[in-house]
Amino acid sequence: MSSIWEYANPRRFMATSAAILPWVTAIAAICMVTGLVWGFFFTPDDFRMGSTVKIFYVHVPSAIMAVNAWIMMLVASLIWVIRRHHVSALAAKAAAPVGMVFTMIALFTGAVWGQPMWGTWWEWDPRLTAFLILFLFYLGYIALWEAIENPDQAADLTSVLCLVGSVFAVISRYALNFWNQGLHQGASLSLDAEQNVADVFWYPALMALAGFGFLFLALVLYRTRTEIRARRIKALVAQERFA
Amino acid sequence: MIGLFLRDLALAIRAGGGFGLSLAFFLVFTALVPLGIGPDTGRLSDIAAGILWLGALLACLLSLDRIFQLDWEDGTLDLLATSPLPLEGLAATKALAHWVTTGLPLVALAPVLGLVLNLPGAAFPWLVGSLLVGTPALSAIGTFGAALTVGIKRGGLLLSLLVLPLYVPTLILGALSATRGAQGLDAATPLMLTAGITLGSIALLPFAAAAALRVNLR
Amino acid sequence: MPDLGQYVVEVLSAYGVALLLLAALVIASVWRARRVAQQLTEVEARRSGKGTP
Repeated sequence: MSSIWEYANPRRFMATSAAILPWVTAIAAICMVTGLVWGFFFTPDDFRMGSTVKIFYVHVPSAIMAVNAWIMMLVASLIWVIRRHHVSALAAKAAAPVGMVFTMIALFTGAVWGQPMWGTWWEWDPRLTAFLILFLFYLGYIALWEAIENPDQAADLTSVLCLVGSVFAVISRYALNFWNQGLHQGASLSLDAEQNVADVFWYPALMALAGFGFLFLALVLYRTRTEIRARRIKALVAQERFA
Repeated sequence: MIGLFLRDLALAIRAGGGFGLSLAFFLVFTALVPLGIGPDTGRLSDIAAGILWLGALLACLLSLDRIFQLDWEDGTLDLLATSPLPLEGLAATKALAHWVTTGLPLVALAPVLGLVLNLPGAAFPWLVGSLLVGTPALSAIGTFGAALTVGIKRGGLLLSLLVLPLYVPTLILGALSATRGAQGLDAATPLMLTAGITLGSIALLPFAAAAALRVNLR
Repeated sequence: MPDLGQYVVEVLSAYGVALLLLAALVIASVWRARRVAQQLTEVEARRSGKGTP
């Protein structure tokens, strides 16, 4: 029952994260504020959507990051399974609530945006439904972490869940497309279809996306530090019991 | 593995084995639907295929924690783990036993309940077919979920939370096949896709379940 | 405030809820971090007080 503090990895992580966290937080704040203020105050209305186009600047970045957060958790889980770096497992644990909140934001802003356009508060459109399912995946993942006492067991089981869940999430996405053709606009954000979204909307959106991205990074770094400390507490308390 | 399979079958069928409970749940659920949404036979007819799929899925879900729980509690699982039988084989056998004792009976009951819900005639073969093809996936996925949560006390609710999102593709495609069959549209494609999911689940999930069991049996 | 026309409620609630959720997340993270850091110092103090086992 050795203490994880003695492993170089967590120590190095704590040192590095302490150094870069203020910078990441600052960049996140700047990008967020710039992007959202720009988008909210300094962009025109859309011809069809009116002022609801402004919701674009919160909805799209949060939706993109909601998915990216899960992908990061998937990679971190793989690293844990293959290399047994504790920091990796704890980073996945730390990222989950952030991803879940991003998903909630995407769902709420998506529903609110849809209401005046589609006439209903909720539409079983494939993308919106996919995000609902993603939300459930996050919930299950977090619940599993909470349900298991032993940290290493929890890390192992949740990483298996994340891997299997990812496969099913991808399959669900395609199944949902099959199920309902959907009302979401076609890929307005794809790389080669920039002409779909005019520049005047594109740049503030990009800035907001950078904001969300750096916010994610900052929060995950911050929360992982907490998880590492919490893990150390568990290890020390267990040592106390055996001493 | 055959010995284990037969043992699980016998355990399930014996009194207290829960064999009839899934069927009973399916029946009660089906009875509850018109009570909840109104007796309009036209509307029931439209949604019957989906309702039956949902009922079968939920009945499956409720029987999942039995897969490993009893063996976990009395130490049999530890013994099985140390036997020459690989854990992957154990998981696969358990999934198969679950399907035979839960999935198959549900498939058999479904057309009967279809009569109750005014299922359109054309839908019957598609309903039975899609359930036949889809329920093994439900068993395989459910066995994985059960393996994840076997060590958790009163983990039934958590098990449901973990498994239901995993059930989504099977539900969508299976129910779609049945519903389209009812409407006379192309039901073969979703059926193929359901089969794809089932084959993938049967092939790969026993490995994931075995990994989870290994962790829990440490 | 730009003229949001008929969509005032939608746009403002979207931004409002998003910012609220983000704030809640940040506050919860900071709160937990502080609590855990404090617990850790307590446990480590106990440990060094007793001497290394």
